[in-house]
Amino acid sequence: MEYQQISYQLNVNGRAYAVENVEPRMTLADVLRDVLGLTGTHLGCEHGVCGACTILLDGMPARSCLMFGVQAKGQEITTVEGLAPGEEQLSPLQDAFWQEHGLQCGFCTSGILTTMTWFLRQNPTPTREEIREALSGNLCRCTGYQNIVNAVERASRELNSEAKT
Amino acid sequence: MKPPAFAYYAPTSLEEALRLLHELVHEQQQDVKLLAGGQSLIPLLNMRLAHPDAIIDLNALESQLSYVRREGKTLHIGAFTRHYALQNHPEIIRFCPVIAEAVRLIGHAAILSRGTIGGSLAHADPAAELPLVCAMLGGGVTIRNEGGSRHDDASTFFVSYLTTSLEPDEILTEIKLSVLPPRTGQAIEEFSQRHGDFALAAAAAQVTLDADGTLVELRLCIGGAGPTPVDCSHLLSSLAGRAPSTEDIRDALRRLDDELEPLADIHADAAYRKELAQVMAYRAIERAWQKAQATLADGDAKHDA
Amino acid sequence: MRQGRGELAGGKINSSVAIGEGIKRIEDPRLLVGKGRYVADLSVPGMLEACVARSPYAHARVQSIDASAAHAVRGVIAIFTTADLPPDLPPIPMRLTPAQELTHALQWPLARDIVRYAGEPVAVIVAASRYAAEDAAERLLVEYEALPAVASVQAALRQDAPLLHPSLGSNDVHVIESRKGDSSAALRYAPHHRSLAFSVQRHAAVPLETRGLLAVPDERGRIHVYGPTKVVHFNRSVLARMLNCDQALIHFIETDIGGGFGARGEFYPEDYLIPFIARQLGRPVRWIEDRLEHLKTTNHSREQYHQLTIGFDDNGKLLALEDEIWVDTGAYIRTHGVTVPDLTQAMLPGPYDWPAFRLRTHVVVTNKTPMGTYRAPGRYEGTFVRERLVEGVARALGLDPTVVRARNFITPAQMPYAVGTRGLGEDVVFDSGDYQRVLAIACRHMHWGEFAGRKVQARKEGRCPGMGWAFFVEKSGLGPWEEARVGLDASGHFYCHSGLAALGQGTETILAQLCADRLGIAPEQVRVVHGDTDIVPDGNGSFASRGTATGGVAAYIAAEALKQHILTVAERYFEASAADARLGPEGLSVAGTSSRSLSWQQVAAYAADIGIKLDVHERYDAPHMTYPYGIHAAEVEIDTATGRVSIVRYLVVYDVGKAVNPLLLKGQIVGGVAQGLGGALFEELAYDDDGQLLCGTFMDYLLPGACEVPDIEAIITEDAPSRHNPLGVKGAGEGGTTGAGAAIANAIADALDAPPDAFTSLPIRPATIRRWLRQVEQVRALTQDTRNS
Repeated sequence: MEYQQISYQLNVNGRAYAVENVEPRMTLADVLRDVLGLTGTHLGCEHGVCGACTILLDGMPARSCLMFGVQAKGQEITTVEGLAPGEEQLSPLQDAFWQEHGLQCGFCTSGILTTMTWFLRQNPTPTREEIREALSGNLCRCTGYQNIVNAVERASRELNSEAKT
Repeated sequence: MKPPAFAYYAPTSLEEALRLLHELVHEQQQDVKLLAGGQSLIPLLNMRLAHPDAIIDLNALESQLSYVRREGKTLHIGAFTRHYALQNHPEIIRFCPVIAEAVRLIGHAAILSRGTIGGSLAHADPAAELPLVCAMLGGGVTIRNEGGSRHDDASTFFVSYLTTSLEPDEILTEIKLSVLPPRTGQAIEEFSQRHGDFALAAAAAQVTLDADGTLVELRLCIGGAGPTPVDCSHLLSSLAGRAPSTEDIRDALRRLDDELEPLADIHADAAYRKELAQVMAYRAIERAWQKAQATLADGDAKHDA
Repeated sequence: MRQGRGELAGGKINSSVAIGEGIKRIEDPRLLVGKGRYVADLSVPGMLEACVARSPYAHARVQSIDASAAHAVRGVIAIFTTADLPPDLPPIPMRLTPAQELTHALQWPLARDIVRYAGEPVAVIVAASRYAAEDAAERLLVEYEALPAVASVQAALRQDAPLLHPSLGSNDVHVIESRKGDSSAALRYAPHHRSLAFSVQRHAAVPLETRGLLAVPDERGRIHVYGPTKVVHFNRSVLARMLNCDQALIHFIETDIGGGFGARGEFYPEDYLIPFIARQLGRPVRWIEDRLEHLKTTNHSREQYHQLTIGFDDNGKLLALEDEIWVDTGAYIRTHGVTVPDLTQAMLPGPYDWPAFRLRTHVVVTNKTPMGTYRAPGRYEGTFVRERLVEGVARALGLDPTVVRARNFITPAQMPYAVGTRGLGEDVVFDSGDYQRVLAIACRHMHWGEFAGRKVQARKEGRCPGMGWAFFVEKSGLGPWEEARVGLDASGHFYCHSGLAALGQGTETILAQLCADRLGIAPEQVRVVHGDTDIVPDGNGSFASRGTATGGVAAYIAAEALKQHILTVAERYFEASAADARLGPEGLSVAGTSSRSLSWQQVAAYAADIGIKLDVHERYDAPHMTYPYGIHAAEVEIDTATGRVSIVRYLVVYDVGKAVNPLLLKGQIVGGVAQGLGGALFEELAYDDDGQLLCGTFMDYLLPGACEVPDIEAIITEDAPSRHNPLGVKGAGEGGTTGAGAAIANAIADALDAPPDAFTSLPIRPATIRRWLRQVEQVRALTQDTRNS
């Protein structure tokens, strides 16, 4: 049995982190959570279906449970911890979730926030149907999705009115 | 659900990858898996359904093997082209639009951002969209090993469930597809229980018409109804040279029943999968037909290769 | 320890709130920025990770365990098998609905000599990482002697079936019966009667977070366990008994929880194993369940079969019901005892005034994962059967199904109404309700009167719409009591200690809102503490929609009492009448003057000076369950070529007595419908004949996604407040799920003009619909043929 140990650097939320002496099989999700202490990214299934582990890799959504940590070196990783503009602050999307009761247990929320952050950049004025389709890769067991859709709609209105001013 | 241990390699060129693969397979007798998008391989590892001795990570080859190039009547797609890149690629949309349609059906953005066309073909899931479409188009693949390269047609590349003609020391490097001929439309239809799921049945069709609107060629391939995509074009060859009616097409499609041997599972019994295959086939043909007819209305000029 | 204070947006204290406002949640800010602390997020120095090795066989004798290769894996610290457990270790006891003989069917934390379901724990491996622990688990050599398995009720009840618990003499381990009137006579004289079979498939709660525990022993002999939830005080007492130690040595701390829905928080084998192992090793041990394990080992639910006969007259008046029910409870009786069968029967009669019934429920053990409760346990199933049945009666008679229901409703004049069944140890007596009004509201909103015409028109256009209904009566507010301690601390912050649990449903916000309503403050000013057994000495937890109706009421009463003490302080300090005192977010003041005021910190200090205690401990006794009710209405369209069902419109009208926070309440309804919809159309934990789970991953166990769940309309009414608590609250966490199976099945049957015996099983897949349509086409073709020949 191989017990290779490797070291590499990861760029997460604009900061460089040294990952030292880990096995190459350690998934990106586990590196983020257990090595870097960024536990906002959650594991719901570890086979790529539930979306709870979704992060942004160079701005694109990716399942961190389906990557080895070493694969992400040299790329810019954004996790839920990197979405807010500052401490004690919420991004317009996060605030919209708060206003619209878009979360209950909160476990799926991180993966949805990263995915929707990307989605709204692609489609700043989505229809409810388009939002649902973009959400379809993230499972939620608590909310029934409706308030999440409401929150994304609210955020898109907020972001568009900000853009106009 | 943590993956088992393996030796990890990340070569930076195709040549290095091939050399390494050769050495591990032939000189060290190792079981080696190639890592591209990881969307199919890593779940298997996390579930410990695979225990490779070594994994060769091909991601550093992305710049070398990610491209879409048209040369004459053939579209060359690098095996490492990610689904996301295919989805809105102007050459794909213009010269092989059914690929873009197929990618849209594959799944969610997080899958599209990592998955590759080469990985999808090499994985050969019978319900997957890209293998289906490549089989329908009669495409081919370029396969390399340390010694050289070979070509394989879709019809012989897909051998069985999750099995291709790839040898342990080979890497799929390129997919070759015919450019959309004039007066032709393509479509893919699939049925899944939830949005973005694997298809219970899928159909990819290409319709080529004559200037007067009669059928020149109809290609049809069914996915999810057997160990590989099933080419059913021959069932419809009797329709060529005519302007068949809806009933003609539905009649011809009834012959699919005998052609297909779908598995039964908790989601669908075999009888239902056969029914679905017919419905998807009809819908794909209908849409492909409409697109072909639209080209007749537009004129040929902008569709010539 | 874990605190309930949400971060203040922008740092300012928000304004006061009242009951009935849809305020946003105080939990959210930390969850939104990834600062939630779920058990898998916790890490302590020296922590080890555990992995449970499980039986691959559904039924087998464990011959031997060879751990030598497993021990050799780098990073492995210890491996525990049944030989390492105390020989006098008791099995995991029942918490609810116990029955004496069932103590013969309880589960030990590790299988002793026999494994009875695939997934049963056989050993625990402890290592430096979960990766290493799984490496070792693969190398553990367990020799099994496979035994014949029974994987269905049918197989389990055959003459020659192997017995799972031989001392019980049968796999039919418990029978519950309810009778009202003389059902045999009533059936004999009924103008019409029908015999029908119904079934609901095995499926489960499947929260997005899997289970997990972190057990940390300290140097003074105590063990701190993070991860317990739902019923922490009860579970602590169980662990104390099983560890054979004083409860005082055990400290449970509830972390953030990723959903429960009934399945999480019960005492499972790991709830003993992990703390036991941590104590043995003197090291912190963390165990995080993975998804494959979860689907195989966390409580399953719902699987039951009904064989019934119903009698009715020409007007659709229900005259009698005889129902033989079999519940497939899996291999062991877990903490829920026979709760699911008990509640199935208790609530099966529903909102109707049945003259006579006989209900008999059999609890059958099989070699499958054990069963527990899952949102609206027994009621999702029973409502499916009853409401599909009633619409079948309507169809048989050619009557409007809403009219048939109305003809049978228990009327307000008949309240309180003794149903004639018992549930959770008490007689089921509906306290209050105006069922007719809820039905009328729903019919109006769905434009039911126009639907027949719309259906005809749609059919002409080649579409296939249908509308289905499901009336439900729920149960909530289970006692026996709940505690709250509300007070003002020396720093001027309020606190509320509650015996409730928080699993994502917004417990903290509700409690804070109730306190804030009484005290005139903002909910952010209330620090809610729950689930920490060192801080909250006792409680009965959160389940069965009891939270707001018991713990909420306790907090409300305590806050009101605290307010009275504060007013006494005001009187003394301001030398004014209490009537002129004003409580606000900033503190105490006197009406009409801005200069006479005290901050809350000053109030606390002054109260201490004059010896007035600003800390109220309230135990609220909940004398009886309450019975909220409502209706689900589903409009669907079916693609007959593929069998796909699209839900075009979905409405829930729900009378909850009193809605403390309508925003959260609606969230519970919509979330509940999504789960009920999953059970109706997508989810199943199917097994093969050998007891192997066929749907072991999320690729086969299909949770509904955002494209499967439509927008859901919810109308909340407050016609029938509970007479059992001062707020009138009835509790509403489950009603969104209760009627979904029936409403959707009825809508599908209506779209296809299907007879009463069609679509009496869940789930209804596209394949199911196509199979039915094929049969109809075949029959039609045959009839054509015979007519033509």
